[in-house]
Amino acid sequence: MPTYPLYSDPHADLHTASGRVLGDVTVAATVAGEITLDDLQINKAALQAQAEIARQAGYDQLAQNLARAAELTVVPRAEIIDMYQQLRPGRSSHAELIALATRLENVYAAPICGAFVREAAQVYLERNMLRRPPAF
Amino acid sequence: MTNLLRFRALDERDINKETFVEPWPEAGLTVADSPYDPQPSLRIEAGRVVELDGRLEADFDTLDTFIARHGIDLTVAPEAMALDSLQFAHMLADINIPRKTLLRLATGCTPAKLVDIMRHMNVLEMMNGLSKMRVRRVPANQAHVTNRRENPALLAADAAEAALRGFSEIETTVGVARAAPFNALAILVGAQTGRGGVMTQCAVEEALGLRLAMKGLTTYAETLSVYGTEQAFVDGDDSPWSKGFLASAYASRGVKVRFTSGTGSEALMGSAEQRSMLYLEARCLCVTRGAGSQGVQNGSISCIALPESLPGGVRAVLAENLMASMLGLEVASGNDALASHSAIRKSAKLMLQFIPGTDFIFSGYSAVPRRDNMFGGGNFDSDDLDDYAVLQRDMQIDGGTRSISEAEAAEIRRAGAQAIQAVYAELGFPTISDGEVEAAVVAHSSDDMPARDIVPDLAAADAFLAGDRSVMDVVAALARRGFAQTAENLLTMGRQRIAGDYLQPAAIFDRDFVVKSAINDPNDYNGPGTGYRVSGARWDEIANIRQAKSPRDFIADRLGLPIDGLDPYGPAKRGGHTEVVVAIGPAFGRIITQTIGGIPHEDVLKAVLTGIAEEGLIGRIVRIWHSSDCAEIGHVGAQLSGSGIAIGIQSRGTSIIHRVDLARLNNLELFSQSPSMTVDTYRAMGRNAARYAAKKITTPVPVTVDNWARLRLIVKTALLHRKETEEIRQLPPEALRFDWEPEV
Repeated sequence: MPTYPLYSDPHADLHTASGRVLGDVTVAATVAGEITLDDLQINKAALQAQAEIARQAGYDQLAQNLARAAELTVVPRAEIIDMYQQLRPGRSSHAELIALATRLENVYAAPICGAFVREAAQVYLERNMLRRPPAF
Repeated sequence: MTNLLRFRALDERDINKETFVEPWPEAGLTVADSPYDPQPSLRIEAGRVVELDGRLEADFDTLDTFIARHGIDLTVAPEAMALDSLQFAHMLADINIPRKTLLRLATGCTPAKLVDIMRHMNVLEMMNGLSKMRVRRVPANQAHVTNRRENPALLAADAAEAALRGFSEIETTVGVARAAPFNALAILVGAQTGRGGVMTQCAVEEALGLRLAMKGLTTYAETLSVYGTEQAFVDGDDSPWSKGFLASAYASRGVKVRFTSGTGSEALMGSAEQRSMLYLEARCLCVTRGAGSQGVQNGSISCIALPESLPGGVRAVLAENLMASMLGLEVASGNDALASHSAIRKSAKLMLQFIPGTDFIFSGYSAVPRRDNMFGGGNFDSDDLDDYAVLQRDMQIDGGTRSISEAEAAEIRRAGAQAIQAVYAELGFPTISDGEVEAAVVAHSSDDMPARDIVPDLAAADAFLAGDRSVMDVVAALARRGFAQTAENLLTMGRQRIAGDYLQPAAIFDRDFVVKSAINDPNDYNGPGTGYRVSGARWDEIANIRQAKSPRDFIADRLGLPIDGLDPYGPAKRGGHTEVVVAIGPAFGRIITQTIGGIPHEDVLKAVLTGIAEEGLIGRIVRIWHSSDCAEIGHVGAQLSGSGIAIGIQSRGTSIIHRVDLARLNNLELFSQSPSMTVDTYRAMGRNAARYAAKKITTPVPVTVDNWARLRLIVKTALLHRKETEEIRQLPPEALRFDWEPEV
C-alpha cells in the first residue's frame, strides 16, 4: 500500500483519470496546450487508496465518503451536478430517484452511491420529501 | 428614580449596544438544557437502531434515520452509552487520557449523550479537552477576503497579503452572485502569489460552488450547511443524503469539503422544535460525520449574536467546538461574524478557541476592513491584525499568523494585483489598469479604489463560467506573462488534486507545500511537554512583531556630556539652617543629562535653585553616590541639610521633598510622575522645600497625574534606572559647586 502523502511517495504511481502520469502535468505542457482540465482529475485508484488510509486511521465515515467519491470519478462533471440537484428535497419523484440509483449502478458501476440514493428515495417517500405539485 | 451618573456612563458603553434576553425554550431560545431536550438513549435490535434519544424508529425524522444508519458506530455504542456522562467528561478534561481513546468512544454516542457530557464541563475543562481533541497537531487560521465592489485587483492584493501573513485558507464570497467565478479566480491567483499551498474557496449556492470547484477555481468548499431539525434542513434546500452526495461529488474532483453548522440557526429559521441550541448542534455534528465530511465549521458562525444574547451562550459555543473535535471532525471554530460591539467581550470570547488552539481558530478572520466583509463578518478585521499578533506574542501561542513589514506587504500586494492583471489581459477579460494595480497596493478598503464598471466584469464572468476555459488557461496565461512562480503554485494545487492527500482530516499545506493532516500530523497533546509547542524559528517569528525594536538605544537621547560648571569639591558636610540640600543621583548631570521627559538636567537644577532662592533660602547641591533610589537620595540629603529639608532628584526626573525626621519611605511631597513634570514644577518644588525649611504653611505642588505614562514609558524608565544604578559607587555624599546664580 502506498504511504501518505501519496503525492511524495514515488511508489504511489499516481496517474490522472485521463491516464497521464502525474510527472507529466507541468507548466510547460500546460502552456503548450497539452494539459486540459481532465488531466487534473483524480482517478478511482487514488481515491480508494485515500479511503483505505482514512479507514485505517479510524475515520470510517470519511472513508465511506471517499469510497463513494471513487465511484463518482467516472461521472462527467455536468452530470454529477445534475445528480446532486435531483437529490435535493422536492426535486424528484420516487421513480426518478430509483432510476438515478439504477443509472449509478449500471452505467457507472457505482453500487455504494446507488445504495445511498436508494436509501434516500425510501426516506424521502416516508418523510414527504419527494417532488410535489406547486403549492400555488 | 435617582439618576446615577455612573449608570449613565455604563449605559454609554459598547456592551450596552447588545441585546440580552432571558431563555425561552418554547422559541428555541435556550443554549443548553431545554426542558424539551431528550434524555440520551439508544436501543439496537439485530444490528438496527430502533430507538434514538427517546424516539422510536417509527417516529424517526430524516436526521434520526441518517444518524441511526450513518452517524453512530454500533459496535462501540453499547459501551459508550453505558459510560457515565460525568466519567466521560472527566476523561475529556484529563490530559492523561489519550485522544484516541475518546475518539473511539465518541463514535458510539447519540446527540443527547454528547450534550449530556458537555453538561458536566466548565469552560476551562472544555478548553483542556479541545486542546487535546483538536485534529491537527499544529493549529491554523483562515482569512476572509472580500470587498463590496468585487474589485479583482484588490481581491488579489488582499489575498496575497493574507497568504503572506500565514493564513492557511482564504475564503471569499460575493455581493452579486454572478461575480463568483471572478472572485474565486482573484483570490486563487492572489493567494498562490502570496504563498504556494494556501487553499481557497468561494462561498456561494451549493451547485454553483461545485461548478467553481470543478473548473479548478477553488480548492476546498466550506459552506455545506447542515441544520439540526428536518424543517430547517429542508428550508436550507438539502437533506442529509443530498449533502452526503455533494460531499462525495467534491471529493470525486479531489476537492476538500467542510460542512457548516452552528447554534442558533434553527431558532433563527423558526424551526427549533423547542430543543436547545446545543442539542440541535449535536444532531448536526452526527449528520456531518455520518455524511463523511472530514470537518465542520461551527461555533455558531453567522448566528453568534443569538446564543450570545442568552446566559451561557459563549460556553455553549465552545461546547459545540469540543463536540465536533470529539467526533474526529476538523473544526474551523467561528469567531468570524460580528459577535460583539465590545472589544473586551469579543476578545474574551476568542480566548476560548485561541488558547486551546483549534484546526482553524477563525473560520474567517477578516483580512479586510469589516465594512468590506461580505460575510457579515469581521469580528476581528484588518485593523486588529497588530493586536492579534501581539496576543500571539504575549501568550506564546501560535494563532496561525505572523506580523509582516509594510515593505513586505507592498511587494506582495503589487505582485498579487499584477498577476491578476496579467490573467485578465491574457484571457481577454475587462482590463485591469496600472492605476487600479497601484491603488490596490496601497488601498485600505474598496473606498480607496478607482471606479470600475462591474457590468462588463459580470458579463465576462458569465461567459467564463459557461465556457470551456478553466484554471488550466489561467496557469498558461500566468506562465506566458512571466508569472512563473504563481503559475507553478497554481498547477501544484491542481496536481495535489490527483493525489487527494488533502481530503484527509484537517489537511492544510505548510510553507514547503507539504500536506499536514490527521494522518501525518495528528494531535498528540497529552499535557506538559507533549503536543505542539511554540518554539524555535516559529517562536522567533511570533516574537518579532514589526513594532519590536532593540531596547539598547532607547535612552541614547537622554545621555550626554557632564554639565559645564557643576564640579565636585570634596565630601559633603552638614550645612546651616538657611539651606535646602538638593541631592542628586549618581548619574545626574554627568552620564544622564536629561529627564525622561526631555528636560535638560541643567535646567532642572536652575529651576529648583531659583525656587529656593525665591523663598530667600540657599540651595546646596550634593551628589549621592551610594544609591539610585529616590527615597534614599532624598533621605540622605535631609540628613545633611542644615534646615533638615532636602530635595532628592533621580536622573530620570523623579523627585521627593524629604525631612530629616521622617522615615526613609515617608516624605513631604513625592513627584513620581516624572514624564509629566515641567521646569515650573521643579521651580515650585524648590519653593515649597524652602517654605518647609522656613516652617511656613505650604500647599503641596499640584501635579499632573497621567496613569498612561507609566504604561508608555516603563521600558525607558527601567533602562534609565538601570543606567543610574550602574553609576553607583561606594563613596560618601559629595559636595558640588554649580557655577550659576539664580536671578531673584
